[in-house]
Amino acid sequence: MAAILECTGLGKRYGAVQALENVNLSIEPGRVVGLLGPNGSGKTTLLKLANGLLTPNEGELRIAGQAPGPKTRALVSYLPDKAFLAEWMSARQLMDFFGDFYADFDRAKAQDMLGRLGIDETMRIRQMSKGTREKVQLILVMSRAAKLYLLDEPIGGVDPATRDYILDTIIRNYNPEAAVVISTHLIADVEPVLDEVVLINGGHVVLQSSVDDIRTKYGRSVDGYFREVFRC
Amino acid sequence: MEWSIRNDLPIYSQLMEQIKLALVSGGFSPGERLPSVRDLAAEAGVNPNTMQRALQELEREGLVYTQRTAGRFVTEEAEKIAGVKKGLAARQVRDFLEAMEKLGFQGGELLALIRENMKEENNGGDT
Repeated sequence: MAAILECTGLGKRYGAVQALENVNLSIEPGRVVGLLGPNGSGKTTLLKLANGLLTPNEGELRIAGQAPGPKTRALVSYLPDKAFLAEWMSARQLMDFFGDFYADFDRAKAQDMLGRLGIDETMRIRQMSKGTREKVQLILVMSRAAKLYLLDEPIGGVDPATRDYILDTIIRNYNPEAAVVISTHLIADVEPVLDEVVLINGGHVVLQSSVDDIRTKYGRSVDGYFREVFRC
Repeated sequence: MEWSIRNDLPIYSQLMEQIKLALVSGGFSPGERLPSVRDLAAEAGVNPNTMQRALQELEREGLVYTQRTAGRFVTEEAEKIAGVKKGLAARQVRDFLEAMEKLGFQGGELLALIRENMKEENNGGDT
């Protein structure tokens, strides 16, 4: 099947710092992929490149065969690692806003998720706790019928019950034509939900493998394997 | 159905195991239609492709079967389910024997210990 995200010889430098080097990667539709690596390994840089927020210094990155741009943005639903919503807006206004920008935004789905998590639509982002803001961001991003979801640390700041709800949402949202990439260091939490993992360290892809292949080969979880490989 | 995922084994094989356990303990009845892959995956908190793989392997072992449009069903063949039960029991026994060996119990001594404990349990049941 044609890859939804493909990197060939991809490199990115920030001045003298080589953030990514010679990254070759292919992610197919229908996969849920964990992008795992220690802090500063290049995870966020890779996701930003995929969204066209950065441009590569070497190699190329393609989304469904195209370089990142307005056309690919219609296919990609991106959750950045930072707060990106206007603080003065309410959840309801944000749904209007997403509906205007994205043809694939499913408002009913967003409303249902807000309701389930007990979030008042009229509340402004400014009035919300950090965890609630993160929930709203994720709900908006997951309510699009995208071909590629790029989630940068989606579960970092939320309580365990919400974490379960988010992972459940990812499973129930599963679409054989869409891929989900989850960048995180909370491996144990996301591991059962993943098909495969991409281990990245020092700007290099160290390993791309299915979760069960790692478990079969090393007799331990990806989390355990990761702790051993990246022991400090 | 209760699901739990341990760290030391592939996830799909643990799912197979737990579905087998449900088959022999009546969690799923012979001939019963299984929930959809997506529902089972959500219930177990695992990736749908992993659940799909587990079900395909069970299908290969003849424990479940697919009817083209109607979905997936548990086998109706009682001897297949009995075979699974025996297999699961044999594994429990092997694990038990291994653990007992570590404690230094073997052969006649072990049998005596088992008898003693079964007697206690029976007595306990009477009173």
